[in-house]
Amino acid sequence: MVGIVVDGEPHEVPAGGNLLQSLLSLGLDLPYFCWHPALGSVGACRQCAVVQYRDENDVTGRVAMACMTPVAEGLRIGLKAPAAVEFRAGIIELLMTNHPHDCPVCEEGGECHLQDMTVMTGHTFRQYRGLKRTHRNQYLGPFINHEMNRCIACYRCVRFYRDYAGGDDLQVFASRNQVYFGRFEDGALENEFSGNLVEVCPTGVFTDRTFSAHFTRKWDLQTAPSVCVHCGVGCNTTPGERYGTLKRVINRYHGDLNGYFLCDRGRFGYGFVNCADRLTEPMLHGQPVTRAEGRARLRDVTFKGAIGIGSPRASLEANFALRELVGPENFYAGCADADYAMLDTIRRVLASWPVHSPSLREVEGADVVLVLGEDVGNTAPRLALAIRQATRNCMLAAAAELKIAPWQDAAVRELAQQVRGPLFVLATTGTRLDELAEVVVRRTPADIARLGFAIAHALEPAAPAVSGLSDEDRQHAESIAEALKRADNPLVVSGTGSGEPAIVEAAAQIACALSRRRKQPASVSFVVPECNSLGLMLLDPKRLGKALESAESGSVPAAIVLESDLFRSARTEAVESFLSRVGETVLLDHSPQATAHRAQIVLPVGTFAETEGTFVNGEGRAQRFFAAMSPRGAAMDSWRWLAEAHPRHDWQCLDEVTGACAAAIPVLARMVDAAPRADFRIDGLKIPRQTHRRSGRTAASAHIDIREPQPQDDTDSALAFTMEGDAFDAPAALRTYSWAPSWNSNGQSIAKFQDEVGGALRGGDPGVRLFEPVQRGAAPWFTEIPRAVAAEPGVWLTVPRYHVFGSEALSARAESVVERIPAPYVALHPSDLARLGHADSVELNWHGFREVLPVLADDTVVPGTIGVPVGLPGMPCGPCPRTLALRKAEPHGSGVST
Amino acid sequence: MAGLRQIAMQGRAVLGIVLSQFRTLWRVLGHTFTRADTVQYPEQKPALSPRYRGRIVLTRDPDGEERCVACNLCAVVCPVACIALQKAEDAHGRWYPEFFRINFSRCILCGLCEEACPTYAIQLTPDFEMAEYDRRNMVYEKEHLLIDGPGKYHDYNFYRVAGKSIGGKDKGEAEHEAPPIDIHSLLP
Repeated sequence: MVGIVVDGEPHEVPAGGNLLQSLLSLGLDLPYFCWHPALGSVGACRQCAVVQYRDENDVTGRVAMACMTPVAEGLRIGLKAPAAVEFRAGIIELLMTNHPHDCPVCEEGGECHLQDMTVMTGHTFRQYRGLKRTHRNQYLGPFINHEMNRCIACYRCVRFYRDYAGGDDLQVFASRNQVYFGRFEDGALENEFSGNLVEVCPTGVFTDRTFSAHFTRKWDLQTAPSVCVHCGVGCNTTPGERYGTLKRVINRYHGDLNGYFLCDRGRFGYGFVNCADRLTEPMLHGQPVTRAEGRARLRDVTFKGAIGIGSPRASLEANFALRELVGPENFYAGCADADYAMLDTIRRVLASWPVHSPSLREVEGADVVLVLGEDVGNTAPRLALAIRQATRNCMLAAAAELKIAPWQDAAVRELAQQVRGPLFVLATTGTRLDELAEVVVRRTPADIARLGFAIAHALEPAAPAVSGLSDEDRQHAESIAEALKRADNPLVVSGTGSGEPAIVEAAAQIACALSRRRKQPASVSFVVPECNSLGLMLLDPKRLGKALESAESGSVPAAIVLESDLFRSARTEAVESFLSRVGETVLLDHSPQATAHRAQIVLPVGTFAETEGTFVNGEGRAQRFFAAMSPRGAAMDSWRWLAEAHPRHDWQCLDEVTGACAAAIPVLARMVDAAPRADFRIDGLKIPRQTHRRSGRTAASAHIDIREPQPQDDTDSALAFTMEGDAFDAPAALRTYSWAPSWNSNGQSIAKFQDEVGGALRGGDPGVRLFEPVQRGAAPWFTEIPRAVAAEPGVWLTVPRYHVFGSEALSARAESVVERIPAPYVALHPSDLARLGHADSVELNWHGFREVLPVLADDTVVPGTIGVPVGLPGMPCGPCPRTLALRKAEPHGSGVST
Repeated sequence: MAGLRQIAMQGRAVLGIVLSQFRTLWRVLGHTFTRADTVQYPEQKPALSPRYRGRIVLTRDPDGEERCVACNLCAVVCPVACIALQKAEDAHGRWYPEFFRINFSRCILCGLCEEACPTYAIQLTPDFEMAEYDRRNMVYEKEHLLIDGPGKYHDYNFYRVAGKSIGGKDKGEAEHEAPPIDIHSLLP
């Protein structure tokens, strides 16, 4: 800590930071534009001017930019000095000369950083009489609207998009006050983090196109703290509702996880909540029935001795309620058996091995990263963004040697140019991180696992050796092991995406070998397929295959399927046979899917935006999410349907289910601490979901009923569907929206809720980590090393490929996301395609069905394998077979699926 | 002496009271012959100033287009929260309200919505005759609110001033706007 003097008042601030960040951390208001806590300082906008004095005798001082001034002991500055105030007002006035007169028709209005800063500097009247420069806009795809006239040329957009997120299709064109931020030509912004431009842009140049389509001002949105459901990372989000529609999802800052940024799947995937074909009424054999009837049928089914199939995308509470209803011995996991095996390994490794599962902030601190068999960029984009930052650590180290502070963004990047830290990508196909990698090795899944085991052996000779490795792979293993040995903070990243359980085991083996070498837990980060995959596994379900097998023997009288589509998790014919042999099937879900058409009883449940519960992400962090709106029609929380059907439990509110779950499952004991209980109050009041500025209370529903409805009561949480109460002082887990006096924008007002700007939230970041590394666990080595697979002629080994848009089922239903989903295809190496006679499409044998799919030549595909995109709409359903026999399709698609 | 002065003062007070009674009588009688300020409402209607704060209307710009751009400022400033609306956008980028509802059974005719309106769309009129037997009839939708003229402000057209382009007004055609920049030009 160093002592500085601001306007004559002494303050203590952390050493090494810049003055702007320090002043904001002290809670002082200083206008700024180009600086961003995650992007650092470039001193471009000249807005954060302060007067810096030499010593206590200096009364004149000089104007300095706070963002470019390092804090030092005895630094004396004037924030309110007339020279600084005048300078800042002058800058705003200049920035505003070309700003169009269109706040009323701007989506940013009301949460605009430029509005806030203009008010803060006191610029109210326009003196400039000249002409305003204008720009033509571009079409930037289904997610982002472009309105270039509003630009103040702070350069935040390109700094985020290009430097931080690695995009290359957003550029800056022209010169001086004509600069233009856009694409070379009209077209969708390709980077999967483009949505962050909406929050990064201090004004309304980039706005949320999906939000604009049903626009509502920030003050009218009813919001609640939530957790993203579109991958296993568990980014914190704030969904906002108005008039019964989920209007948008924005980032909710979490110091350890997503920080300031979300991926586009998380931000724009919310559209599935608003789909017109949602399941909203209980259905019995396709006919709508009442809630009571549905409940009675569920009870009947339970008495018959039903089995339960849990869901990796339903909350822990819902899964636990199902497990209680059917009994732990009848509780199965609603995910593919291959995923089950990998998740089981991950669960065991995290719980009892001496390894550490890092948060995203810790990932950003890694100096050597090894990615083993996972296309992180497509399966967990936010994790890939963190890895991207980790590759900059060598830049920062080089800068530190020259005494350049890490926040001196332009200087650090100028120094390092394109130098990136060691990242090794061992993959089964091309991945989004390949461009950053020092070494990219592409092999079949079994060979990647073998390579992983070889690295573990090279790190720790006690680990089993791999026989029959090629010389090239042996060298790779040696050099990667060498780099990991030298690292101060190595990180291994793997996951379930490859579909090869041995890869997960190999990643754990490497981390364990590193832990033994370093005598302290090494970091290993696992990507899990869904938002609560790990949570489901912690409830100790049996694998789905067992349920399908036991139905074969006719011993399953009924099945209750919770929020999952069996047709995605098992082969079509196996599911068909299961559903026909099971006496009665009950499905609890919110969106129509293949299983819904086959279930006798369908009970509607709420989506993440309408219900409450707890998710466990891939890191092993239990996080509570809250309802932003009430469910449609007769839909209810899944756990409530199941609890009401239970013959003994009389659970009335979520806390009781959470408590019962924590008591029953030792590893989940701390999940009750993920958020304050429902009886939490501030000054006797709940936390409001609505802002104190909410409008239309007496008119919104006046056309239906002239009397204002009583606010809906929420017995499950400490949040209220009203505007009464204190949202500002709410604990981080209950913060419904980010707003502070003078600070209306989401990205900037958050500073008022942080201990230190860009650091942890006040009172600690929300969520509870369930696993802490076992310090001296003697983990048994995985000894079953897969054998290298020799290719058979005519048979291709399948390798799953993932797409940010399309591979995840819920987001793929969102209208805006649909535009970005690739058409179904399979990918072959050009040499394999040549052997097939350069076919446009191939006919393949998919679990006995003949399917014809367009074929793509892709030289990142390993020869002898076929890349099969996972989950794309239009692809054959079910998990992809391990091998595929294929041949050139006859023209005119004579072999369409039978 | 003191007694005499007291009697004289009391006499003056009594005289004053009596004269005041006569003056009052005179005034009252005098009004018998003056023109009445009250009118025989409802047979006769009072003349109200155009600035009178009565029934709210939505007006059109001089080109006959809806002035309301659905910015929500009237709704947020409304102290009784009796305005609800939803933004929509036409194919050329013009914002307009998909629905616009005022619950007049809650409205206190304070005029803050008119003050907040950046486009002169929402205006209060000198009509106050809004009594209904059924409260539900006091809920006005856009078709009840929208009039055909510009109301009190004849010339203002928001989109002529604002930088956003709409159908019929391209970039650079608003007031004080330079033509759009050709970013492919190499000139400085």
